[in-house]
Amino acid sequence: MNGWLGQVSALLWKDLLTELRTRELLGGMALFAFLVLLTFNFAFDLRIDNVGSVAPGILWVAFSFAGILGLGRSFVQEKDRGAMDGLLVAPVDRAAIYLAKFLGNLFFMLVVEAIALPVFTMFFNFGIATPALALVIFLGTAGFAAVGTLFAAMAANTRARDVMLPLLVFPICVPVIIASVAATSLVIDGGTLTNHLGWLEMLAAFDLIFGILCFVVFEFVVEE
Amino acid sequence: MVAVAKPSAPSATHWAVETAELTRRYGTARALNRLDLTIPWDQRLAILGPNGAGKTTLLRIVATLVRPTSGQITVGGLALPGQAAAVRRHIGLVSHQTFLYEELTARENLLFYGRLYRVANPRERADLLLERVGLTERADDRVRTFSRGLQQRLALARAVVHDPSILLLDEPDTGLDVAGLDLLSRLAVDESGRRRTVLLTTHDLQRAIALSDRVVVLANGVVILDRAAERVDTVMLDRAIRGESFAGKETS
Amino acid sequence: MNVRTLPLPKERQETRGGTLDWLDWLLAAVCAIGFVVALYAAFVYAPTEAVQGDVQRIFYFHVSLAWLAYLAFFVVFLGSVVYLWKRSEWWDTVARCSAEIGVVLTTLVLITGSLWGRPIWGTWWTWDARLTTTLILWAIYVVYLMLRAYSSDRMRGARYGAILGIIGFADVPIVQMSVVWWRTLHPQPVIEEGALPPQMLIAFMISLVVFTVFYVFLMRVRVRIEWLKEEIAQLQESEG
Repeated sequence: MNGWLGQVSALLWKDLLTELRTRELLGGMALFAFLVLLTFNFAFDLRIDNVGSVAPGILWVAFSFAGILGLGRSFVQEKDRGAMDGLLVAPVDRAAIYLAKFLGNLFFMLVVEAIALPVFTMFFNFGIATPALALVIFLGTAGFAAVGTLFAAMAANTRARDVMLPLLVFPICVPVIIASVAATSLVIDGGTLTNHLGWLEMLAAFDLIFGILCFVVFEFVVEE
Repeated sequence: MVAVAKPSAPSATHWAVETAELTRRYGTARALNRLDLTIPWDQRLAILGPNGAGKTTLLRIVATLVRPTSGQITVGGLALPGQAAAVRRHIGLVSHQTFLYEELTARENLLFYGRLYRVANPRERADLLLERVGLTERADDRVRTFSRGLQQRLALARAVVHDPSILLLDEPDTGLDVAGLDLLSRLAVDESGRRRTVLLTTHDLQRAIALSDRVVVLANGVVILDRAAERVDTVMLDRAIRGESFAGKETS
Repeated sequence: MNVRTLPLPKERQETRGGTLDWLDWLLAAVCAIGFVVALYAAFVYAPTEAVQGDVQRIFYFHVSLAWLAYLAFFVVFLGSVVYLWKRSEWWDTVARCSAEIGVVLTTLVLITGSLWGRPIWGTWWTWDARLTTTLILWAIYVVYLMLRAYSSDRMRGARYGAILGIIGFADVPIVQMSVVWWRTLHPQPVIEEGALPPQMLIAFMISLVVFTVFYVFLMRVRVRIEWLKEEIAQLQESEG
């Protein structure tokens, strides 16, 4: 197997295996998403007749908050036990470390979102799942994870790391939130793919630009 | 014997490590202050000194984890920090942090690092190393269940998974059990029987003399004593470390 | 060691008046006069706008400040790129000071925008595209300052700041685009700007020039102060 990709897959395998054994990350994220949805139910329940108008927002708030939780944990394992040095001293491209972490974070977020979606449908009695939605969710989550992985590595090395991560991620990811919510609401309104093509293009552009930028810049975060 | 993808032998005409006016600043403090040091291949060097003398910083710079602020350093003829990526294939690091993943088994840890270092046949290499360090029976237990001594043994195995020519040991005696220490000296020889170049930092003066060919004492980021191990004793070293005068200073 | 007992190096003794040199005094004088001229131009010289009345005059400062804020953040971006490339602490200091000034300028943009919107639309805040983008910009650079404050050492803070400086600046056009599209979905009260008659244009240009000079002056003084602090710290370290 190509050496570089082999390293990425080794790193990814390590993270997935660890998560499989402890299940603390996915469990925590899924539970948190569930609680956010629960809270929204009480926040809106008495006043909203048209769930469809707030559904996209609720969904993406739940996704992004649970996502931040997961991102915050992604480098904790390395940071706490100094294992990051073990990775850095090896002949591994720093960008390969980033890619593996990004893929792991993306995977965990998508799994949690797949769990949260039926919960949402059940709570709000509002069916929402379509293939078009899957595409929007994927692109939006990818953008969030790309930026979030970089900042998670950064925040892990600052004081007040739990505070710094959301502060770093949310302002930069505003375009992702705007585009994802807008595209989601267009999907709910029963549009075909062409209706929200513009928003999808924006998401794809964000993912590409920041994916590459974060990929390139990551080595400056972990060097000393 | 399992064939290992050994990185091409470093050039014989270079020093293993050579520094010139190597400096590392943290804010306004200088951990290393225009340090000059040359280390030939196959040498075992012990680096001693009081806390804050720069021992760990020097080791971490050689390990490519820290960039120098100024000055030059080459490892195996390769200049840092520019050629850090190439240097990494030739070095192995053992630190007081084990770099082990506790939820993975011993075998999985070695397998992971083997694949990371692009070792050929990582599975066989892992099995071989487990046998070497005496952990074959516990190979499929999670590292979380290991005692500190066992973890350090596995960490040693991890450090040599790619058969490096230079071994860096940062205070390796903390946490090593008796068997582990014996292991340390055995792992100081590579797969082809050739001696690895070893740099170790330690506070244990006796061990330093016993395990090394040459002893260097650092203080305030500079070398204050540099002698062959057979020409020092613990009293002299202790005095040097404490900043008192000792009998003369010569290089070996 | 008490800083005040440090003997001043010989060069410093000649500028005992403080940290300002002749160019700073010149810039300060230009600003002082310039502000008076700009105020006059904005409040007296420029004609009253037909639709909005006198409230519109805040436009001259609001938009000038906005341009300056963008300039300040471009300088942050520039400083960040050069720092990562050359590891020059001077460029990092430039980036950091520009971010500070930029945050102040952006805060003023938001305040003036708010003051402008209130009499016209009856609300203190409007989700106008430019105001919203400015708000997000403000948030990004406030986080920049926090990031540097919360970093464990200076070099790391400089590196992390540089990364955020680059990513933040790259984000701005995308934020702008997404906010503008979003606004077309939900039309909101807008801060109008039609074509400017020549007198208004002159008033605006005066304001812009004065604020630019002011920015340069602030940067010179601020960077020099930071640089002196660094020198003092180094002197203390070598003495102690």
